[in-house]
Amino acid sequence: MDATAVTTGTEGKIWGGDNEPLKASYGKMMMWFFILSDALTFSGFLAAYGFSRFKFVNQWPIADEVFTHFPFLHGVDAPMYYVALMTFILIFSSVTMVLAVDAGHHMKKNKVIWYMFFTIIGGVIFVGSQAWEWSNFISGEFGAVETKGGKILQFVNAEGEQVAIESFAASLPNDRTRLTRNEALWYESESSMPDYDLAEVVEGFKANPDLLIRTQILTESGEKTILSREASLAKLESDAVGVVQGANLVHNEYGPPLFADFFFFITGFHGFHVFSGVIINIIIFINVILGTYERRGSYEMVEKVGLYWHFVDLVWVFVFTFFYLV
Amino acid sequence: MSANATALEHAHDDHAHHDHHQTFITKYIFSTDHKMISKQYLITGLIMGFIGIAMSILFRMQLAWPEKSFTIFEVFLGKWAPDGVMDPSIYLSLVTIHGTIMVFFVLTAGLSGTFSNLLIPLQIGARDMASGFLNMVSYWLFFLSAVIMCSSLFVEAGPAAAGWTIYPPLSALPESISASGAGMTLWLVSMAIFIASSLLGSLNYVVTVINMRTKGMSMTRLPLTIWAFFVTAIIGIVSFPVLLSAALLLIMDRSFGTSFFLSDIYIGGEVLHNSGGSPVLFEHLFWFLGHPEVYIVLLPALGISSEVIATNARKPIFGYRAMIASILAIAFLSTIVWGHHMFVSGMNPFLGSVFTFTTLLIAIPSAVKAFNYITTLWKGNLQMNPAMLFSIGLVSTFITGGLTGIILGDSTLDINVHDTYFVVAHFHLVMGISALYGLFAGVYHWFPKMFEGKMLNKNLGYVHFWVTAIGSYAVFFPMHFIGMAGLPRRYYSNTAFPYFDDLADVNMMITVAAIITAAVQLVFLYNFISSIFYGKKGPKNPWKSNTLEWTTELKHIHGNWVGEIPSVYRWPYDYSKLNEDETDYVIAGQDFVPQTVPLQENEEEMNH
Repeated sequence: MDATAVTTGTEGKIWGGDNEPLKASYGKMMMWFFILSDALTFSGFLAAYGFSRFKFVNQWPIADEVFTHFPFLHGVDAPMYYVALMTFILIFSSVTMVLAVDAGHHMKKNKVIWYMFFTIIGGVIFVGSQAWEWSNFISGEFGAVETKGGKILQFVNAEGEQVAIESFAASLPNDRTRLTRNEALWYESESSMPDYDLAEVVEGFKANPDLLIRTQILTESGEKTILSREASLAKLESDAVGVVQGANLVHNEYGPPLFADFFFFITGFHGFHVFSGVIINIIIFINVILGTYERRGSYEMVEKVGLYWHFVDLVWVFVFTFFYLV
Repeated sequence: MSANATALEHAHDDHAHHDHHQTFITKYIFSTDHKMISKQYLITGLIMGFIGIAMSILFRMQLAWPEKSFTIFEVFLGKWAPDGVMDPSIYLSLVTIHGTIMVFFVLTAGLSGTFSNLLIPLQIGARDMASGFLNMVSYWLFFLSAVIMCSSLFVEAGPAAAGWTIYPPLSALPESISASGAGMTLWLVSMAIFIASSLLGSLNYVVTVINMRTKGMSMTRLPLTIWAFFVTAIIGIVSFPVLLSAALLLIMDRSFGTSFFLSDIYIGGEVLHNSGGSPVLFEHLFWFLGHPEVYIVLLPALGISSEVIATNARKPIFGYRAMIASILAIAFLSTIVWGHHMFVSGMNPFLGSVFTFTTLLIAIPSAVKAFNYITTLWKGNLQMNPAMLFSIGLVSTFITGGLTGIILGDSTLDINVHDTYFVVAHFHLVMGISALYGLFAGVYHWFPKMFEGKMLNKNLGYVHFWVTAIGSYAVFFPMHFIGMAGLPRRYYSNTAFPYFDDLADVNMMITVAAIITAAVQLVFLYNFISSIFYGKKGPKNPWKSNTLEWTTELKHIHGNWVGEIPSVYRWPYDYSKLNEDETDYVIAGQDFVPQTVPLQENEEEMNH
């Protein structure tokens, strides 16, 4: 029997075989399914973040008080301004990516080159900004005292504004020095040591009658609880065990350790994705310049990395929402 | 890109029958051909399987004859068996690595990896996987992860010993057990690489099934094997990344001082700094993979047995669309039942009742499958070859193990048997033994396709099946009773509790059965190796099967078919179909109609 003369019974059917039913090449679909998978990794992290934050729902730091820096504006309280700007830059890099993909559809090589260039610049600025955010987060601004229960006590003046430890701490003779590699075993050296010790902070606090202590517990109106002067002194005497400045994975001056743990981990994991995206974009960018896709007759590779780039941006929208906005 | 891809396709069409010049390295090692990669997966998986089974024999011996001295312990365990008595810490390591190897390396990669690679291109009518290169990378990442897992056995402080579920804080703190040091680190590194391998493999399987089916191969003409592999790959894409989340957070806790899963720990006279974390969070993340993983293991086995049972019963599979629907339903439900592993972990009891409800729902599609197998067998012209026997064995263990699942899925009943041998019996029967039977059925059925027509020895296959079937029931059936008597799992010995003294004989019987069952796997090993070299060559279509893989030549060529890829005109289950007058089969004297045969005259067109 001649096979060409008979019909398979699936002619014209989208899912009938010998067809691309989703109108996408296998490579593009692989990217979509990879994105699905990666999205679930991030979902795992964000769900863990929600689960953990819920346990500390009444003592989570207020983002507006933590992320207040803006480049070149030292000492200016600019809550969220910079993170808003870097979010805008990242989303704008998605726009230029769309334009690059569109130019690719029209086989306009020069336009693709320029739009990809802008996308890469946007990505680099974002990664750099995130590093700057981290650096501010790590060095901290005000400092705090940690209690034996692992809670944070911050200092405020009579107006309720936060006061930095360095502005009031007394200077006492101190023979404790930072352990360095040549003094201790190499794996026991300290990376940093608080600039002040507890006694200096307590002394300075006693000497400044205006100062009050603010605990990490939120009041009904969503503000941190401020203790009276007497209660502050009593708390400092009975509970304080050490000074915390800035943040690392173990302590931070903002609130529960998990706050900094999740901040570093999730923004770091996202930053790693952006960084990989920039590297991939650069590789494709070079291929575009070399004319690889021009010869191939299709700029689909630009579209595939574009999908990844949009995904990374979308994840940032969620990270931004859950870390900074709510 | 797409234009280029089609150009390449045509090049294949024209040159498929030329053998490209291949060196040993490109043919056997860094091969991009799906048939070779499938064999690589199978052999790696079998080697890991033998390691895993050998470990189980070692710890079963300790359970049967507690703290007795054996030379074999001294030989294999060295310093972990002073004077031939097994050390408790190595007992825990053996249990842990046995579980890890069997679940991930044998039944995930060894089963899915082997048969998805072999059958997807062959049964849908494609020249190869969508991306042969990624397919190769997937295998080599799997190989690397297997090497790292095995190398962790030689770490000085011992391999991971926190159980295959690696719950923190035990797995997070080297202060708690020495095995949670470097051994655990290697375990996590190995699993992270394994997840990457699984992801690359799954991406390939899914897009190949969607895009590369031959002309006429609609989704409802796919063999059920392909449906099972396709859906398994999707579950893998969805659930494995969450295990990666859990593993990465655990790595942070272990090595970088974070507190995601740790809180308020006082250990070895020291207060740890960790505060605020929760081990229950880890359990949620882990079991979000862990439960779908059960179906990642089981669905391919069910797909294989559907195909093998229909072929060897010489009957169409009963309820083809119901089978597809139940695969999809199982896949969906598998992602919303993970809490049933955590009924006694401190999870909110209300949540427990929700998870009980979703868990019991799985009984519906599972029962649909079980009944469909039985009705397919009903009044069939049964060909009792080893593949068929293993498939029927699978139906048996799937039902036996599934019924106890109803007890464990109910939060109120689960409390009584949680963490006892009842659980061990349940999951070994329903996912361990069932999936292994599926693996064996697949190997017996498709061995001729893998090794260019060579057949496995049938009589050795019968010995293998009957001893395995009786032996594994002898191992796991009594475990239900000792579990209900309260014997806890994972204990090094039960001699400290006089209450369990009565169970010592049963434990001894179980171990003897386990040793016999393990020993008979050597018969399979001998059969497998000797048949590769000296097996009898069978015909092109030895099981008189309908599916496309049997239309290819015995000799493997890159591109699978010489000349054009055949078109498909019918579903794959036209066995014993009569013509319209019911005077003879559709093709006179032949009780099967391959998918490549167009609708005949005097044949009624059916809607399946």
